[in-house]
Amino acid sequence: MQGYRLKVALHLYGDKQGGYAVAQDNYVLEMQNIGKVYAGNRVLKDVNLQLKAGEIHAVLGENGAGKSTFMNILFGMSVIHSTGGFEGKIVIDGKDVSITSPYDAMNLGIGMVHQEFMLIPGFTITENIKVNREITRPNIASRLFGPKLESLDMDAMNRDARKALDTVGLNIEEWTKIAGMPVGLMQFVEIAREIDKANMKIIVFDEPTAVLTESEADTLLKAMQAIARSGIAILFITHRLDEVMTIADNITVLRDGELVRTLPKTETNTFQLAELMVGRKVEKIVQASENKVKEGIALSVRGLKVLMPGEEVQKVDLDVFEGEIIGIGGLGGQGKLGIANGIMGLYLAAGQVSVFGKPLQLNDTKAAYQAGLAFVSEDRRGVGLLLDSSIEMNIAFTAMQMRNRFLYRFGPFSHLAYGKIRRHAMEKIKELDIRCTGPMQLTRRLSGGNQQKVCIARALALDPKILFVSEPTRGIDVGAKKIVLEELVRLNRELGMTIVMTSSELAELRSICHRIAIVCHGAVEGVLSPDDNDVDFGLMMAGNYHKLRGKEVV
Amino acid sequence: MGNLWKNIVDNLGFARLVIIGFLIVLVFGAAYFEIPLGPLLSAALVRTGMNGIFVLAMLPTINSGIGPNFGLPLGILCGLVGSLLSIELDMRGMPAILFAAAVSIPLATVVGAAYGWLLNKVKGSEMMVSTYVGFSIVSLMNIGWIIMPFTSPEMRWPIGRGLRVTIALEERFASVLDELLAFDVAGVVVPTGLLLTFFLMCLLMWFFIRSKTGMAMRAVGDSKQFAVASGLNVDGYRLLGTIMSTVLGAVGIVVFSQSFAFIQLYEAPMTMGFPAAAAILIGGATVKRANILNVILGAFLFQSLLVVSLPVANKIITVGGVAEIARIIVSNGIILYALTQVGRGD
Repeated sequence: MQGYRLKVALHLYGDKQGGYAVAQDNYVLEMQNIGKVYAGNRVLKDVNLQLKAGEIHAVLGENGAGKSTFMNILFGMSVIHSTGGFEGKIVIDGKDVSITSPYDAMNLGIGMVHQEFMLIPGFTITENIKVNREITRPNIASRLFGPKLESLDMDAMNRDARKALDTVGLNIEEWTKIAGMPVGLMQFVEIAREIDKANMKIIVFDEPTAVLTESEADTLLKAMQAIARSGIAILFITHRLDEVMTIADNITVLRDGELVRTLPKTETNTFQLAELMVGRKVEKIVQASENKVKEGIALSVRGLKVLMPGEEVQKVDLDVFEGEIIGIGGLGGQGKLGIANGIMGLYLAAGQVSVFGKPLQLNDTKAAYQAGLAFVSEDRRGVGLLLDSSIEMNIAFTAMQMRNRFLYRFGPFSHLAYGKIRRHAMEKIKELDIRCTGPMQLTRRLSGGNQQKVCIARALALDPKILFVSEPTRGIDVGAKKIVLEELVRLNRELGMTIVMTSSELAELRSICHRIAIVCHGAVEGVLSPDDNDVDFGLMMAGNYHKLRGKEVV
Repeated sequence: MGNLWKNIVDNLGFARLVIIGFLIVLVFGAAYFEIPLGPLLSAALVRTGMNGIFVLAMLPTINSGIGPNFGLPLGILCGLVGSLLSIELDMRGMPAILFAAAVSIPLATVVGAAYGWLLNKVKGSEMMVSTYVGFSIVSLMNIGWIIMPFTSPEMRWPIGRGLRVTIALEERFASVLDELLAFDVAGVVVPTGLLLTFFLMCLLMWFFIRSKTGMAMRAVGDSKQFAVASGLNVDGYRLLGTIMSTVLGAVGIVVFSQSFAFIQLYEAPMTMGFPAAAAILIGGATVKRANILNVILGAFLFQSLLVVSLPVANKIITVGGVAEIARIIVSNGIILYALTQVGRGD
């Protein structure tokens, strides 16, 4: 009993002290000496972070650098508290606070824009923004039975929603339903909901641009700046350097759970940040390969139409030469992703496609594989992987089904050749530097970059003549990105593989492709060389190239 | 010690440990009440063997993404028709069993194909649909049993029309497999032939899972999108899974009947899918993933629990006629528990 009292007294005393000690600075949020150990594994050590009102503070780091753990601590996520809590302390507005649940965090004015959208599809934007915080006015029923029965004041709620939408720069009616909205817009609704909360002081953006197209990302960054101007502090978790350089005031770089450096944007540049983040010198990712493109046409596409929702292809004509890396670029939603998906038979397609002169049966995935095509999907977790199967099975699977590799055959019967599967997986793990605990690990537990490497290994097991790769570096860290791009170049140079790479990141297309086709409104707007100037690329993406330049493209 | 415990929990799963713990408590209870354990274990072995094939029938549908086959009565009805035909043709012993299986397999293939076609039309609600398909067909066959032109007096009601509710197999093929190569160890009778039949089926399934087709079927169950992107015919593999499950149901009832020594018609097949589904879930499967070990472990645990709990319950509550009530409570209780574990397999 005595001991208990003493503890309580100490606790109160400690609290008070904290309150007095930090009063001199006007930081909204201070996180001091934060550390975290998971089952004997140190994932964070001595991380400090200070945030002022209206500041945009970027937290930069590769996957696994400790960014998520850091944010989970700030949000009082149960994953932290069920594994023994954390070290260090959190100070908000000069007061020590204890955040033991996301509910505490919300009450303290910390908001979060999630990567997965937490929206109700059947509700309108206003309803989603105001859910559980409705503006109400009394009526007869509520006077009799209590405030739970008050009427909704839709006008007031719509006005609030409009204001929040305007702040984030979203020109869409507030009574639109969420269902059927493009993902890009949903992100903005999420943000609008957070800034509509009256006491909001800090908003955390957890890799908000990962699912957005370039133009959407631009709008989002502008919205973030507008929010910051209104006095809300922003923590911006990302691994995209250009975004950091565009909007952040201060940048904290984490690497392997440790604070590498905190520095103002004005004192740094992209190259230095990349270096700090990766911890090794980053050269220009990959030099465009030098070998001469062969003459023959590997893939000829005429009048391709693909019904892929959100990425519809209207009429694509394209020739791919043997032995080249051709890039397919363009803004999101213009149909660049539909091309590979349509040719591979994953979405309904029409038109003429021939592979090395032979016509290809469309809408038949098996035929596409037999013609020597292979595909690394942009939807890694949905289409690209069996998440609950091992790395080795993922790598071997398609080649086993389509090419009868990795099998012992006895007449009509077959048996998996586990030895061959294992040896092949070990080779690929080494070759592609897949970071894992072994070939038996489930792909669900791998980081994005390593999952991507498994997808590529799976496509390669088919020995394809033409490899389609869609968004190969989306959502993966700089280190893995480099390995993936280098591997594509190596395949092209050493094996002469023809590669069709679709990507939203123009820079990466320009770094490894021989030619780049830009898709706009479901058709190829033009084909450029990677060395052409930015203006041409920009005009083509916007679909204004022919109008303004008035000349035929190469 | 802590690590050892964690390893055991990780490998078996918490639910399995609860069930095993409960079983151990019951065994101690049985010993306390001086119920001889030898016959109990014998009974558990027989029941594992006779129900095992039903449990195994859950595997292909779970692997192909349909979930536990609650429509198992379809296959069972096919097996019953085969068994009845063997009696009609006055066959006995092993030939009768082989004949019953040989007749019911092609029948179950056709029925399973139609049923699989239906399940492909209702993707996403297979469990509910299959349950009611089972119920409906059983009811339909209630009429069938009355109007089918069987003539053997062993099977027909002495007066009136139609087949009896239970048909004794004493003179036909009762216990043929149970007694094949059976031996006695310390008071435990091991039904060698029955267990060998069960294990043979498991072995065949084990080989199938490790074949190209089996692997493809698992991928279809795991991720439809992935399977499509790998050039697989998703509906085809689901159809195959349903046919396999229905065929196993047919073979299962033949083996079950020979142990049980009776053929039960009319309402009896109605709920036979549930204990089998519960058993595989108790064995550690989820509605999305299952393996042979789940089948064997689940069949044994589920049946052992039933076998041991009844005499113990009868000793504790000595009011007459409680046995049947206790049986229903225990078996449905286990099914309920298993269903609460659905999806918690990780």
